Amino acid sequence: MTARAVVTGLGIVASNGIGRDAYWAATLAGRSGIGRITRFDPTPYPARLAGEVSGFAAEELLPSRLLPQTDRMTRFALVGADWAFADAGIRPQELPEFDMGVATASHAGGFEFGQNELKALWSRGGQYVSAYQSFAWFYAVNSGQISIRNGMRGPSSVVVSDQAGGLDAVAQARRQIRKGIPLMVAGAMDSSICPWGWVAQIACGRISVSEAPDRAYLPFDAEACGYVPGEGGALLIIEEADHARRREAPQVYGEIAGYAATFDPRPGSGRDSGLRRAIEQALRDAEIPPDGIDVVFADAAATPELDQVEATAITGVFGPGGVPVTAPKTMTGRLYSGAAPLDLAAALLSIRDGIIPPTTHVRLADRYEIDLVRNAPRTAPVRAALVLARGYGGFNSAMVVRAPT
Amino acid sequence: MSTAQTGSFTDDDLRRILREGAGSDESVDLDGDILDSTFEELGYDSLALLETGSRIEREYQITLEDDAVSGVRTPRELIDLVQQRLAARPS
Repeated sequence: MTARAVVTGLGIVASNGIGRDAYWAATLAGRSGIGRITRFDPTPYPARLAGEVSGFAAEELLPSRLLPQTDRMTRFALVGADWAFADAGIRPQELPEFDMGVATASHAGGFEFGQNELKALWSRGGQYVSAYQSFAWFYAVNSGQISIRNGMRGPSSVVVSDQAGGLDAVAQARRQIRKGIPLMVAGAMDSSICPWGWVAQIACGRISVSEAPDRAYLPFDAEACGYVPGEGGALLIIEEADHARRREAPQVYGEIAGYAATFDPRPGSGRDSGLRRAIEQALRDAEIPPDGIDVVFADAAATPELDQVEATAITGVFGPGGVPVTAPKTMTGRLYSGAAPLDLAAALLSIRDGIIPPTTHVRLADRYEIDLVRNAPRTAPVRAALVLARGYGGFNSAMVVRAPT
Repeated sequence: MSTAQTGSFTDDDLRRILREGAGSDESVDLDGDILDSTFEELGYDSLALLETGSRIEREYQITLEDDAVSGVRTPRELIDLVQQRLAARPS
């Protein structure tokens, strides 16, 4: 029998809540973390809103040795991994080092660190560039730093597929569990709310330029006008089910039951997006029929064309209004690689509590035949949830999580 | 704080630069008697040493070859190296 991968710990950093309980309470209450950028002066830029994490005191949460060598996204990742381990009741130093690996995703690496060092190079010269620039900007650095800090010498990797990467990393962790690794840390933290990161994001053409925090990010709304970027994400402790049972893990949130990834056809080909195929294959992989899914966490790109593709894929598989759909990322902004792991965490907490978090501020456009959970959470038994994530350039990933058995 | 102007380099200068450039290990008392501990024992790897050397070069306007810095094992050896370079500096 194939080894089953279950989630036993959650570490969360988001703009509407730092830590699992704070995030979940804010999300159920519909509290948004989106506001005007404070990390730099956004006045000269066309987009000025973001889901910034405030009150994250890295110097109180991490040893001083790690501060000069880490970008903000890596600090989120190291602290998120610490919290996930604590939640799972695991002290990594007590486990065999080759029994633990790390699989993260990254959108762009450590942009803010890189910006500061490029600035030093340009304005003062090469001798002013930090030696830690050699790795601190690198998109694989979160996996590396988590593995070093926690003494994890099992298989470690990074995937880069924009927003879809968050699911692809967790799928990679499941592969390692199936190959016999007892425990993986998986997920993603992203952050690039600095001028250099900001102009790179604006260049994609999908960022909302609205200045009203409650009207800026409106997936499936007739006024959809792009998305608001955010920072943060989630890291999950993924364990082989028997390993979790034998050590009497404090909780099993659920199982990574199904996954699929597809790629869109080239633009202009006239062929359909690969999103529906990803959903169908993930359901097949989980051996769950469409009517066995109790909620869909949408990718929620918030551009009319991409919303239509997603609504059509969901309706095609589940039927019009056939399944509750939600997008709590309307409260955090899109977190790039961090988004889907955060949605997985929310899906697992929905399973735990029997409640579906809301999508905020959206007035559902008539053309989308989906049952969008809006404004207030919906109480409902959740046995299985589907999480969708799409990456810029045609990546589609779908993952099914189901209640622990 | 800096003694760059006076042309000397003390153990307190090294402590300050280590903290600024690489932080300090929680299990180590950097203010204690560290002169003959190895950098490894103090929690500093080769990259931390490289960053420290680079900061000393900037502040004291001397040149420390990468080989010379990576060959240094203890704070005392690094201080000696810096003082040699300072002494050799044209006045």
